[in-house]
Amino acid sequence: MSNNTTKKFINDHSTEQAKKEAILRKPQVVSQNQSVSVKTKIRVENLNFFYGNVKALNNINLGVAENSVTAIIGPSGCGKSTFIRVLNRMNELVPHTRVEGKVFLDGHNIFDPCCDVVEIRRKVGMVFQKPNPFAKSIYENIAYGLRVNGLKDPNVIEEKVIQSLEKAALLSEVKDRLHDSALRLSGGQQQRLCIARCLAVEPSVILFDEPCASLDPISTAKIEELILDLKKQYTIVIVTHNMQQAARVSDVTGFFLMGELIEFGPTEKIFTAPSDKRTEAYITGRFG
Amino acid sequence: MQRLREKIYRWIFTILAFASLIFLVGIILFLFKESLPLFRYVPVGDFLLGTAWYPTHEEAEFGILPLIVASLWVTLGALVICVPLGVGSALYIHELASARQRAFLKPLIEILASIPSVVYGFFGMVIAAPFLQQLLKLPTGLCAFTASVMLGIMAVPTVTSIAEDALSCVPNSFREASLAVGANRWQTLTQVVLPAAGSGISTAIILGMSRAIGETMTVLMVAGGAAVMPRSFFDPVRPMTSTIAAEMGEAAVGSLHYNALFSIGLILFLITLIFNILAEIISRRFRLKLGLGR
Repeated sequence: MSNNTTKKFINDHSTEQAKKEAILRKPQVVSQNQSVSVKTKIRVENLNFFYGNVKALNNINLGVAENSVTAIIGPSGCGKSTFIRVLNRMNELVPHTRVEGKVFLDGHNIFDPCCDVVEIRRKVGMVFQKPNPFAKSIYENIAYGLRVNGLKDPNVIEEKVIQSLEKAALLSEVKDRLHDSALRLSGGQQQRLCIARCLAVEPSVILFDEPCASLDPISTAKIEELILDLKKQYTIVIVTHNMQQAARVSDVTGFFLMGELIEFGPTEKIFTAPSDKRTEAYITGRFG
Repeated sequence: MQRLREKIYRWIFTILAFASLIFLVGIILFLFKESLPLFRYVPVGDFLLGTAWYPTHEEAEFGILPLIVASLWVTLGALVICVPLGVGSALYIHELASARQRAFLKPLIEILASIPSVVYGFFGMVIAAPFLQQLLKLPTGLCAFTASVMLGIMAVPTVTSIAEDALSCVPNSFREASLAVGANRWQTLTQVVLPAAGSGISTAIILGMSRAIGETMTVLMVAGGAAVMPRSFFDPVRPMTSTIAAEMGEAAVGSLHYNALFSIGLILFLITLIFNILAEIISRRFRLKLGLGR
């Protein structure tokens, strides 16, 4: 009897695995329609993550195509923030955590012992839930990232600061007060400054961890517009609580529930014809 | 009935809160009352800038410049020791140590603060002074240098715990933001965390200074006690505090010597008051800068 159930469980697991892999391939198929030479930027394989003894992520597998926006949705505590913070190894800063599995960035496993974590964080930029500019001037907030990455020429730094502000759609609002404290900006402006700071060091991936959670609707609209614009040059992964937001900005959506990736596929499909009942229940607002 | 009880409680706590204010005012008034008579006979300038301290001579002289210089001298030396040690350990404990190291180091440094100053003095006199005398080939181990070392060690817990508070006021999001743009730990520490905690750390240093300048027992036992202008760090000196402690017992109540000792106390009080006000101003600015309110 007990043997039987185990066997059944294994069977279930493997079919689910197959299903997931099938889903996993889908976004690439979709993107291939848009351009021929699409490439997988990030590939996550059998990823587990532990806070102490608590398993926060359970066997996550997915692939993120280059120059796409991937939204991660799910109820609070489902592991979506944990997931995104694994991608730039930010979660290592939390004591007593452990990671298993592999995350490939451009084909290299970021957990490889010979991999430089500082280099990964430079390549994979991050914008946080709460705007977190330094207690420095607007200019210095951006120049900092350039300087720590070894840039010295003040002319080049200035040029890049201006460029980044421009890209983050903030330049027109702050160009007369670049040397004022960044903490005097409004919440939405601070968040765009954080995006500019992130862009300045020229990452190829940008992670957004609920970037609009503390912003008003107008600032939110600006940030969303910006994300759609940035997609042309960067690969974007965004965690969001707001399903409309996921629907508006993303090409691919992943639904997390209790540390598991329940469904992963084209945003359109997830929001119109989800294949898992739990996804449907979440999207139609029956829980979460 | 309920109301009356509430009123009584309110009064009790109001009185308790204001008691310290009453003590403060009382002490200040007393300091002024006992020290002012001196200035009828000795001009303030001669008192502050005179270099001869002969309070018991026939022709008594009350110049306290050597004592002030000694105090500042010893405090400066203590700073040289307690700032790197104190700020360094705060940085290590707060930013670099593992949870286990922190749990072990923090109480250890706090124990340092609970050692009575006479024990420090005794240790300095019996162990540190002879050791330094031999090591540096000094004429005497009881000198400003030894006193500085002892005071420096004593001020470490003050500096560490306040500097650590300042570091914990720096939001974690600053560190994350810095690491996220590809800064390493060292860059994050020196270019983001330290500047953000900077004024909090200067508060720590100033309070460490007032701890050192007000310390009495240790300097009395270790500094050597010569009331002459020091020419180097290795001369015996007599700071203001130890002068008061050593001479108060033998000064006749109401004599000029007695008044002069109170005046020294007054000057000492003013110096530490200035330090504390400075520390308060800086720390207030620090909290405003980080957007933490008052």
